[in-house]
Amino acid sequence: MSNRNESCRSDQPNPTPAHIGSEGARLQQTQGWITQLHLRFRKKAKQQTVYVRLTQLLIFCLFISWWELAGRLGWIDVLLFSYPGKIASHLANALMDGSLPPHIGVTVMETVSGFLLGTLLGTSIAALLWWYPFVSRVLDPYLVVLNSMPKVALGPIFIVGLGPGFMSIVATTLSITVIITTLVIYNRFREVDGNYVKVVRLFGATRSQIFLNVILPASFPVIISTLKVNVGLAWVGVIVGEFLVAKAGLGYLIIYGFQVFNFTLVLSSLVVIAIVAAIMYQLVAMLEEWLTSGWKER
Amino acid sequence: MKPMLELKNVSHVYVNEKEASLAIDSLELAVLPGEFVSLVGPSGCGKTTILSLLAGLFPPAQGEVLYAGQPVSGPSNKLGYMLQQDYLFPWRTIRDNALIGLEIMGRKTPQACRAVDDLLDEMGLAGTADRYPHELSGGMRQRVALVRTLASDPEVLLLDEPFSALDMHIKLQLEDLVQRTLRRLNKTAILVTHDLAEAAAMSDRVILLGRRPGRIRQIFDIPLDIRRLLPTEARRDPGFQDIFDSIWEELEAEDGKEGADV
Repeated sequence: MSNRNESCRSDQPNPTPAHIGSEGARLQQTQGWITQLHLRFRKKAKQQTVYVRLTQLLIFCLFISWWELAGRLGWIDVLLFSYPGKIASHLANALMDGSLPPHIGVTVMETVSGFLLGTLLGTSIAALLWWYPFVSRVLDPYLVVLNSMPKVALGPIFIVGLGPGFMSIVATTLSITVIITTLVIYNRFREVDGNYVKVVRLFGATRSQIFLNVILPASFPVIISTLKVNVGLAWVGVIVGEFLVAKAGLGYLIIYGFQVFNFTLVLSSLVVIAIVAAIMYQLVAMLEEWLTSGWKER
Repeated sequence: MKPMLELKNVSHVYVNEKEASLAIDSLELAVLPGEFVSLVGPSGCGKTTILSLLAGLFPPAQGEVLYAGQPVSGPSNKLGYMLQQDYLFPWRTIRDNALIGLEIMGRKTPQACRAVDDLLDEMGLAGTADRYPHELSGGMRQRVALVRTLASDPEVLLLDEPFSALDMHIKLQLEDLVQRTLRRLNKTAILVTHDLAEAAAMSDRVILLGRRPGRIRQIFDIPLDIRRLLPTEARRDPGFQDIFDSIWEELEAEDGKEGADV
């Protein structure tokens, strides 16, 4: 800190005695000196970012090359852990011969339906609870019990009820996402500052106007962040659902690979899941940016 | 002249699980058209309750609230309300914030939008219409809130300590601005405040309330020559200190008495 101060001072030319005429020049000098400080700050921040990225890349490369080496030299059990070269060539083949894309498509479809429907349904139920406080008081203990239950355990019931396929997998996903979404969003609805409601009430707003003009937009950031959480939860629901019933999808590939003892297939599927899940998360983050652009929370 | 606003023998009780407490007790109040009345008093004297009753946010437990001779049955576009803070919606632009009242009343027409833009200009907010509240200073935001209140063209303004959260010099500027605007548009106003000087500088009448339950203790009529001045000028008037002192003494006497009771 003191170091930086000194360097700042050294940039400033010796101040000349205060002439009236030199006032403008002095101002200009100050301006230049401030700009320089700013540039230096920006340069430093940029450097920092570069270091962080480089370190991240280094860790990744070290991990991959160590794994590759360990696999090829037989330090680890290749049957169980495979190695990156094998996984990469498997993925390349599966992409080339067109056997992988359909599986990706099925799983992505299920996941996207799962987290969108889950968030939508959760928000709707939360709206219902906000609208009818009586219903909310009645349902409260049921929601708490349902929330603490391991809902994946309902999987077998969905499979028998809805048939082994898309519907029961999405249902499994919904069972995981809906309750927690409802609770989080309903809490947010109730936390909205009463004075904002007062503002529109004073203009004679109806209950639906209050909801649409105040409660819902004030809760957008929370709704979007539950969307983010639901991306993760939906993957859990979909993979578990596919373990149980599917004939296609990445979860199916994992189970299949496990059954035929092909762990290269299992790990390849995991790599694809990691990539697709990361892309999905980024898309939701972009959606968040777009929806809340301009306004900040107070 | 017929009163614009009237409270006739109004009492109000707040009920909760623990107790039912009397907030205001048989209050009589009449405000004439174009008049500026301030309500001052210690906390717990029911100032905000009175404003809420006038605004029609809830009905009184007893008595009648009248606007232009008619009972008030709910929020009306004849009454505008300004809160302690701006409470602008962060997701709306300044223009959309100012327009929300008209939007809710279903009166958002192109003419109304232009009128609001003009009003923003008049309040020294030109060029901010498309910006968001977090980009504006506290004083500017409270001016937007004033535009929001005026946009629906109310006859009466209910001001609930609208200057209390502002810095001193911004508060003085805003007092002048509000006073000028109200006079130009010939509006009636009721101001609730903790600030005795503000009450004395802005009002035609200052009503001192006593607490628990709220009731009128004394009414001070401000001399005509001070009434005519803007608040900042009034504060500098030689007669101003006397008025301030007499309200202050009365408030002190009330506090002293209650202190002795305890």
